[in-house]
Amino acid sequence: MVEYLLMKIFRALVTVTLIVSAAFVVLRLSGDPAIIILGPEAPPEAFEAFRRNWGLDQPIWVQYLKYFAAVFQGDLGVSMRDGRSALEVVSERIPLTLAITLPALFLKLCIGLPAGVTAALYRNSWVDRLIMMLSVAGFTVPSFVLGLVLAMVFAVWLGWLPSGGSDTWAHAVLPTVTMGLVGAAVIARFTRSAMLEVLGQPYIRTASAKGLLWRDVVRTHALPNAAIPTLTIIGFLVGSLVAGAVVVESVFSWPGVGRLLVNAVANRDLAVVQVILLLVGLTMVGANLAVDILYGMVDPRLRIKRLKAGS
Amino acid sequence: MRRPGLFYCNGETAMETLLSVKDLKIDFDQGKRFVRALHGVNLDVAKGEVLGVVGESGCGKSITWLAALGLLGNRARISGSVRLDGEEIAGMNETDLSRLRGGRIAMIFQDPSSSLNPVHRIGRQINEALKLHRGLTGAAADAESARLLDRVGIANATRRLREYPHEMSGGMNQRIMIAMALAGEPELLIADEPTTALDATIQAQILDLLTELRRDTGMALVLISHDLGVVADMSDRVAVMYGGRVIEEADTGSLFDNPAHPYTKGLIAALPDIDGPRRRLESIPGTVPAPDQLPPGCSFAPRCAIASKICDAAMPGFLPFGESANHFAACVKCREEAPFGEAAPGEAVKPGLVPA
Amino acid sequence: MSELLKVRDLKRHYEVHVPQGLFGRKASLKAVDGVSFSIEKGKTLGLVGESGCGKSTTAKLVLGLIPATAGSVEFAGTPVTAKHDARWRALRRRMQMIYQDPLGALDRRLPVVTQIGEPFEIHNPEMSRVERTERASGLMNAVGLRPDQAMRYPHELSGGQRQRVVIARALALEPDLLVCDEPVSALDVSIQAQVLNLLDDLRERTGFAALFISHDLKVVRQMSDRVAVMYLGRIVEAGLPEDVFLRPQHPYTKALVSAIPTPARRGKRERIVLEGDPPSPVDVPPGCAFHTRCPIAQPSCRNTVPQLVSSGGHAVACHLVNDGAATAVQAAE
Ligand SMILES: Nc1ncnc2c1ncn2[C@@H]1O[C@H](COP(=O)(O)OP(=O)(O)OP(=O)(O)O)[C@@H](O)[C@H]1O
Ligand SMILES: Nc1ncnc2c1ncn2[C@@H]1O[C@H](COP(=O)(O)OP(=O)(O)O)[C@@H](O)[C@H]1O
Ligand code: SF4
Ligand code: SF4
Ligand SMILES: [Mg+2]
Ligand SMILES: [Mg+2]
Repeated sequence: MVEYLLMKIFRALVTVTLIVSAAFVVLRLSGDPAIIILGPEAPPEAFEAFRRNWGLDQPIWVQYLKYFAAVFQGDLGVSMRDGRSALEVVSERIPLTLAITLPALFLKLCIGLPAGVTAALYRNSWVDRLIMMLSVAGFTVPSFVLGLVLAMVFAVWLGWLPSGGSDTWAHAVLPTVTMGLVGAAVIARFTRSAMLEVLGQPYIRTASAKGLLWRDVVRTHALPNAAIPTLTIIGFLVGSLVAGAVVVESVFSWPGVGRLLVNAVANRDLAVVQVILLLVGLTMVGANLAVDILYGMVDPRLRIKRLKAGS
Repeated sequence: MRRPGLFYCNGETAMETLLSVKDLKIDFDQGKRFVRALHGVNLDVAKGEVLGVVGESGCGKSITWLAALGLLGNRARISGSVRLDGEEIAGMNETDLSRLRGGRIAMIFQDPSSSLNPVHRIGRQINEALKLHRGLTGAAADAESARLLDRVGIANATRRLREYPHEMSGGMNQRIMIAMALAGEPELLIADEPTTALDATIQAQILDLLTELRRDTGMALVLISHDLGVVADMSDRVAVMYGGRVIEEADTGSLFDNPAHPYTKGLIAALPDIDGPRRRLESIPGTVPAPDQLPPGCSFAPRCAIASKICDAAMPGFLPFGESANHFAACVKCREEAPFGEAAPGEAVKPGLVPA
Repeated sequence: MSELLKVRDLKRHYEVHVPQGLFGRKASLKAVDGVSFSIEKGKTLGLVGESGCGKSTTAKLVLGLIPATAGSVEFAGTPVTAKHDARWRALRRRMQMIYQDPLGALDRRLPVVTQIGEPFEIHNPEMSRVERTERASGLMNAVGLRPDQAMRYPHELSGGQRQRVVIARALALEPDLLVCDEPVSALDVSIQAQVLNLLDDLRERTGFAALFISHDLKVVRQMSDRVAVMYLGRIVEAGLPEDVFLRPQHPYTKALVSAIPTPARRGKRERIVLEGDPPSPVDVPPGCAFHTRCPIAQPSCRNTVPQLVSSGGHAVACHLVNDGAATAVQAAE
């Protein structure tokens, strides 16, 4: 088990390194930060100074190695845009993002899980069909479209809520609801199929045959077993708490990490982009790992299987 | 173990009947329409007897008994009557029915390993039944669970209770299923292909265990199997099913010594034997029709070697056959003077390997 | 006597990880552990045994589908190895295989007539399309499929019909050896008889030899000229079906044969019921692998592996039988 987890962590770190490297190369090759940040009209001396200052005059592989050397010493670089530590720039945005993603996650689970379970329990009934219709709509409509529609209705027509910004809690409502609805659709669908799979298992029939009432069969035999595969998707959602809001933040001009990322990419503000990617990578990996450990704890079959697969 | 005189030739049952299924019909909701899978089954199980149910896959063996216990789910439309000790249980409300399930009537299934919940310990699963039917909890339940495991021949019972189903072999899991069934001290155990997924030597163990438990507890047993040998070995009485109907029913001896229905004869003749001379097998041509494609009249007619016009007129009545009082068959021609099928099973010695 | 297939001391071990302690441990799973037999031209050898005793592994080794850990397979005088070169392919067209699950063996997207003609396409590419279809139709007829079923897809046929398709395809190149791994286990009794009779007739007509594998003793007896009983990767008894099944010598075979319920045996209970489950092939007991369940095991059985000793064509691997103590054993029972 320990062996297996170490392997998993190692692989995840390799993945994060690859992402960061790829971003480095793409951003460096796709535009000169000096021009973008100083503007094309700046005097040539300013360019030169800027480049020397940020080490941009060195060959790209030297920059790359230097960057990694620095990262391993805990130095994540400085934002080219406002000269502050990139970590600081990113950190101050995290609470803002969490302010909408955490409630959204709550919403996703509170709507998605019961909806999926209900649909499965009343399979093929009108309830099931309604839930599935909404769910399909929920994840075929892109979140920016849903966001715009919600903004249209509640901000422009009804005027109940602001359409953009972050001044009051009211500003957080629309982005949260947008994300929550889309995520709930995904969870509902996933939960339904996990639940149907479990309900079709012979041990469910055994549970009924031994005299449990249907609601107890569902409570003690179906729900816990269906929760196991659902963990994966919940893990994924937790992993995307930081990064999952790029689109919605842009639509509602919410100044979170997502919007920072968009701006940093546009400005070729490399250090900031890298910090965000690292952060995203690490939360994903962390969530994944947590799911794995949980899996092992709740599913006795896996403890054995893992051991075999771990070799 | 045979009980002469228990069933009178007019089909009227004696008092000892435990479970009585009358005119049970099942239709499955197939989205746009209903498909009838069971066409009016009548079966009685007497106290303490073993009723064997045979037939090929899909003939309705399992659904008959699942329906009797209300375990078929809401996509099945069920009609008919199921009486336990004279009390109607078909259409009973869920609370009352659940008290019978696993209590007076227990059931075990074909695939023991997937019939147990993989994420619960064995002990918890047996305790659950003990709590439901005997009100035992805590240490008392644990002790009783251990006793039950011991009873079904599992050594180290206390340790085993803490294990999970995947840590055990199929044979062990079937023993656990049986222990769980015993938890409610049932009067009737319905065993749906209990040994089909198991190896020959393990099958022998389970069949022995069932026999022994029955002798000790006096519970009745419905043994569903597609294996004629298993049914012949275990049963007092046998019902043969085909196409959602019981087409022949008799005391075991009468059924195998003097089969009436061409399908029963065909099944017996199609079975290779382990003793005696080798003979060429007699196969039944064609395949079992799908439930929604049954022919009018006798459902076996398309595969029957002696079928004639009259067979297509209507489903033959289920009428007495031969001297034995309890022998019934649904075939219009089986009572004709000259018995057909001269080359009775076991006679024609396998002629080298000459093609027919 | 012309031996078509000769298998000598065949072994196949798998490296596996078994759960134990924190990290588990590496162990060797002895799926097949020293099996020898031969099949004469046109004859059928039946192989029986319980699940996991190594029947399918033996079948795959015989065809060279997986490499052997030790031992040799010789087909018509040529060694069969798992090196899939031109020589192997040439052998392979003379050795065909039928599996238990016909649906898994067939391609869902092709009509069955195409699949039956496939072997011609692979091994005889010059053959014209028309001739291929003609030959395939002939094969369909031979296995009792109707011409109107030619363009059906596998899922549009019943289990028995699918198995007929698989048989027709296996017979397309007129193989000398047919390896049948549980060919009727998934079929209903009445259909099982159809397929067994079909194989019987085809064998009569074309004269192929067969390795016929099943866990069902009755079926194996029906089909075989000689039979071999396997337990934990080894053959414990072999001989004519009459000898092995009517006069079994090895305690395992005795129990196995006595455990078969049949309508004819009803009421005559002389079942020998073995205790426990077969051990895992990861932990094959030392000495006689059967000693953990053997009702007549002696202390010495735990130390020495009994050899398969043949007398008069009936071979048994049991110390008590082979050391001339057979009579003593019988008396003891
Ligand atoms: N690729 C593999 N890796 C590890 N173990 C294997 C592998 N293939 C087979 N085995 C093991 O080898 C043993 C023999 O397997 P095999 O499939 O030959 O059994 P069998 O006699 O055909 O059983 P059955 O009647 O269930 O088909 C089993 O314990 C099986 O789990
Ligand atoms: N839940 C179901 N929905 C639709 N048809 C079913 C269902 N369960 C069983 N059937 C059909 O009912 C028939 C009898 O099934 P069953 O009793 O399981 O057969 P068996 O005799 O093999 O036990 C079969 O044709 C099967 O396809
Ligand atoms: S009624 Fe006719 S078709 Fe049906 S089994 Fe009897 S003889 Fe055959
Ligand atoms: S060698 Fe010993 S243990 Fe093995 S079968 Fe013979 S008597 Fe039994
Ligand atoms: Mg069934
Ligand atoms: Mg196999």
